[in-house]
Amino acid sequence: MSTSTIDRLESSRRAARASAAERSISKAEGWRRRGPLLPALIFTVIVTQLPFLVTIWYSLRGQNLLRPGEDIFVGLSNYIDIAQDSTFRQTALNSVVITLGCVLVAMVLGIVLALLLDRPFFGRGVARTMLITPFLVMPVATSVLWSVALLNPTYGLFNWVLGVFGIEAVDWTSTYPIIAILMALVWQWTPFMMLLVLAGLQAQAKDVLEAASVDGAGPWRVFRSITLPHLRRYIELGVLLGVIYVVNTFDQIYLMTAGGPGTASANLPFYIYQRAFLGFDIGQAAAMGVVVVIATIIVASAALRLIFRSFEVKE
Amino acid sequence: MSDVTRAYRRRATGGVLTTLTWLLALAFFFPVAWMAATAFKQENQAASDPPTWFFTPTLDQFRAVIEGGSGVYVANSAIATGVSTVLVLLLGIPAAYALSIRPVEKVSDVLFFFISTKMLPVVAVIVPIYVVAGQLKVLDNIWTLVVLYTAMNLPIAVWMMRSFFLEVPGEVLEAASVDGAGLMRTLRSVLIPMVAPGIAATALICVIFSWNEFFFALNLTASRAATVPVLIVSTMTSEGLFLARLCAAALLASLPVIIAGWVAQKQLVRGLSMGAIK
Repeated sequence: MSTSTIDRLESSRRAARASAAERSISKAEGWRRRGPLLPALIFTVIVTQLPFLVTIWYSLRGQNLLRPGEDIFVGLSNYIDIAQDSTFRQTALNSVVITLGCVLVAMVLGIVLALLLDRPFFGRGVARTMLITPFLVMPVATSVLWSVALLNPTYGLFNWVLGVFGIEAVDWTSTYPIIAILMALVWQWTPFMMLLVLAGLQAQAKDVLEAASVDGAGPWRVFRSITLPHLRRYIELGVLLGVIYVVNTFDQIYLMTAGGPGTASANLPFYIYQRAFLGFDIGQAAAMGVVVVIATIIVASAALRLIFRSFEVKE
Repeated sequence: MSDVTRAYRRRATGGVLTTLTWLLALAFFFPVAWMAATAFKQENQAASDPPTWFFTPTLDQFRAVIEGGSGVYVANSAIATGVSTVLVLLLGIPAAYALSIRPVEKVSDVLFFFISTKMLPVVAVIVPIYVVAGQLKVLDNIWTLVVLYTAMNLPIAVWMMRSFFLEVPGEVLEAASVDGAGLMRTLRSVLIPMVAPGIAATALICVIFSWNEFFFALNLTASRAATVPVLIVSTMTSEGLFLARLCAAALLASLPVIIAGWVAQKQLVRGLSMGAIK
């Protein structure tokens, strides 16, 4: 692991090279350079941007696959419906609760686990391997495992453990559906946060830490004044990437609670899926998709400033 | 306090922390171990109250899963995962090169665009993709998944491989061009070998994400192109609850990715952080 000074020298040298190169780029050279980039760029535009434009178009029409004759232009009425749709508001709130709840709890646990793994002890490699495993299990399998083997009201392991302590059996997925989903999600995402934070801890300059403890700073003081500020970038990045992925959570909700009871544990992806594939209400589903994208763009553009700091993109 | 007591206390704290670490590691790993154990049980032992802790392991469930016509699903998953990963590398390596070694102008705008596509919620595009795929007669077609998985992983791969390319010292490439090697030759004999480990790590991340993908597979496939996650879900719904068999299927489905992740733990961090963290 190189120290930050070398990093800085490296990147400034790279930047110098790049900007010098940029100045001397002729037109033909410019196209020669763009050539390798174009296939990936064009492919991405076609597969991701075009469908979204079509989504906007659908959102202005009253298309329902069950009533094929009705494909007419309805203007903004789909959007007005959304504004009046209390289920949409509820599922939006669920999305926020599930995403933030999962990311924050997973991050705190991840930091604790990373700190514990950052010290030498017997069998550290094995312990780390065990801890990353939940992230590697197929999410569909995770959902089955949690909803059936662990949280099932009659033979689930969870209730048996509670029973040992004399606590009544609970039907988790129907009584506390969001908590049940969060348990499975936190279990899956904690290893992810742990890995990023651990990478951050191992990138610390060891001499600074030693100097601090020679100067008589206790472990807590060292952690607060040196380690935590150093970890900030890694934590920000973990939260950001976690949010990008967890917002789209679908598998666990579809398999553990099916959004139920009612729509108590549905998030926006699941609700839009229901409207599109079970209600065949293309116009409504498309309009909701557009609203979700606009909301995401608002949140993301704030977050992207952070990303660019953490990714250190150099021109 | 004498040095001896201080050293003793430090060792005691160390012991407590190590024990705590192991307890947490076991707690996190336990559900996976329980899933694996359940896969080796008979059905009546799998769904028992109290739980069955001691049993004679049986391979019946695995046999049932393997002989139960799961081959088609595995083949579909393998095609969707393998072909999309190869496509990602074919499209992504030149793109990463154009964003790092011989940069185009406005590199950060292009990178920004790639990462912004990851922020586009999948649900926002599933409706038109479904309708258009229906009109093009490519619903329930494995190649539709290949295209979508390629688009899904390409941004991550470009970010990741760019970070590997930036680590190649400029001197090496200059030396190659001074020696009169052309671009293709430089790529083949100098650059690709140097970044091969990075490309392998990128491929691993693409494999993990596409192998586990469920949302597109659920909505765009039916009987012919269904993948392994779809198989697990249909086992869950169609045959009632055969818990032991379900666990065997889930374990077999997760095993390739679990093993790959165990082997490549170091590269995993870089992949998951899109190349931001070494």
